[in-house]
Amino acid sequence: MCLAIPGQIREISAEQPLLARVDVGGVQRNVNIGLLEDEGVGAGDWVLIHVGFALSKIGAEQARDQLRMLEAMGEDQLAIEEVRGYSFADGGAPG
Amino acid sequence: MKYVDEFRDPVVIGGVAREIARTVDPARHYRIMEVCGGHTHSIYRHGLRDVLPGNIELVHGPGCPVCVLPTGRVDDGLAIAARDDVVLTCFGDMMRVPGTKGTPLELKARGADIRMVYSPLDALRIAEQNPRKHVCFFAIGFETTAPSTALTLLRAKTLGLTNFSVFSNHVTIVPAMRAILDSPDMRIDAFVGPGHVSTVTGCRPYEFVARDYGKPVVVAGFEPLDILQAILMILHQLHAGESKVENQYRRIVPWEGNAAALRAMAAVFALRPYFEWRGLGFISQSALGIGPALAAYDAERVFDIPGVRVTDPRGAQCGEVLKGVLKPPQCKLFGTECNPEHPVGALMVSSEGACAAYYRYAVHAEAVEA
Repeated sequence: MCLAIPGQIREISAEQPLLARVDVGGVQRNVNIGLLEDEGVGAGDWVLIHVGFALSKIGAEQARDQLRMLEAMGEDQLAIEEVRGYSFADGGAPG
Repeated sequence: MKYVDEFRDPVVIGGVAREIARTVDPARHYRIMEVCGGHTHSIYRHGLRDVLPGNIELVHGPGCPVCVLPTGRVDDGLAIAARDDVVLTCFGDMMRVPGTKGTPLELKARGADIRMVYSPLDALRIAEQNPRKHVCFFAIGFETTAPSTALTLLRAKTLGLTNFSVFSNHVTIVPAMRAILDSPDMRIDAFVGPGHVSTVTGCRPYEFVARDYGKPVVVAGFEPLDILQAILMILHQLHAGESKVENQYRRIVPWEGNAAALRAMAAVFALRPYFEWRGLGFISQSALGIGPALAAYDAERVFDIPGVRVTDPRGAQCGEVLKGVLKPPQCKLFGTECNPEHPVGALMVSSEGACAAYYRYAVHAEAVEA
């Protein structure tokens, strides 16, 4: 429920500036970056993702820590499954 | 298993554990509450109780969203789902939470259109794709999740959708901590503060705990070493006679939180005068209803909600466990009638629930040792 998943931004959508393509362990999906409007993010930045939204901008080292934490909690696969499930901007059939 | 590293390294953990053992006053008993269910999960998964001195008691807090949701609210959500024209959407955890007439998953099997989503934005998309249906999102969660619901609602308004609503069960952690501090049967010496909630709220909202109640709060990360370090920081404060808010999770949690997230919440939600929490009863100003600006998207206005209070299933002592008065195995149903495959109470459903965590790790460990 309170999974916070580290991902790296690949690109910001040209049509929808609040959407960013992120990579989480090789899985790429769009997430909403509206909660980071104060900080501003761009390609290459690492973010923590929760229920389809980037919640905070973090450093590369923190992202590694966070990934290791998910592995330690046995939740790394759940995290990938969650990200794979975000279908709101990727044309997949939801639920 | 690949999770052996310095946060789990027995040598490093042993070092901090020994430091804790050197620091504790053997004449004292310490009751430390970990507020967040993620911490509860980590504590059981990594067997942290076994490396702590016996006079440090960890009390599991209310920070598990499905656990604190009273059965009556589950019933209310399922009453919405029972309508022919409605698609009810919710997170995976919610699918297995029992209401009076079954879980969302069971109702789905009986024909209700209930769909699991990973993001509230997926619920919104289902609404866009199904203009003849009304799509309701069963929102749960603390401040970590509430901003996402808020932005989803603002997006629904921008899109001008008329077939989307949110059944808000968002709650806020600080009033629950105050209720615990005010409760006569809950003597807590200090708090391990929530990690991801604090990325949104920052650390300032906990200052009243230190200032008005004289109890230390240390916001902590989720790895074993994070939690042990937080406990050590708490011990240092207690022994120095201090009470302040400290941030052990600085690498993720900014002291001021996320201003954009707080603005989104303020724009969308209105604090309810009171809300019922399982185990803790009615707590003033502890939950977020949908405010006037987004009233058209408020499921509680769109639908006629039964709003009937329901007691916990007979024999189940979820409330006592949730308050830390009972440990999970002290409940009469634990491990027999109530288990992760057939949860009777919500604390057995989520991996963040004390009963599920205890069942999965502690019972198993005891069975292996026996």
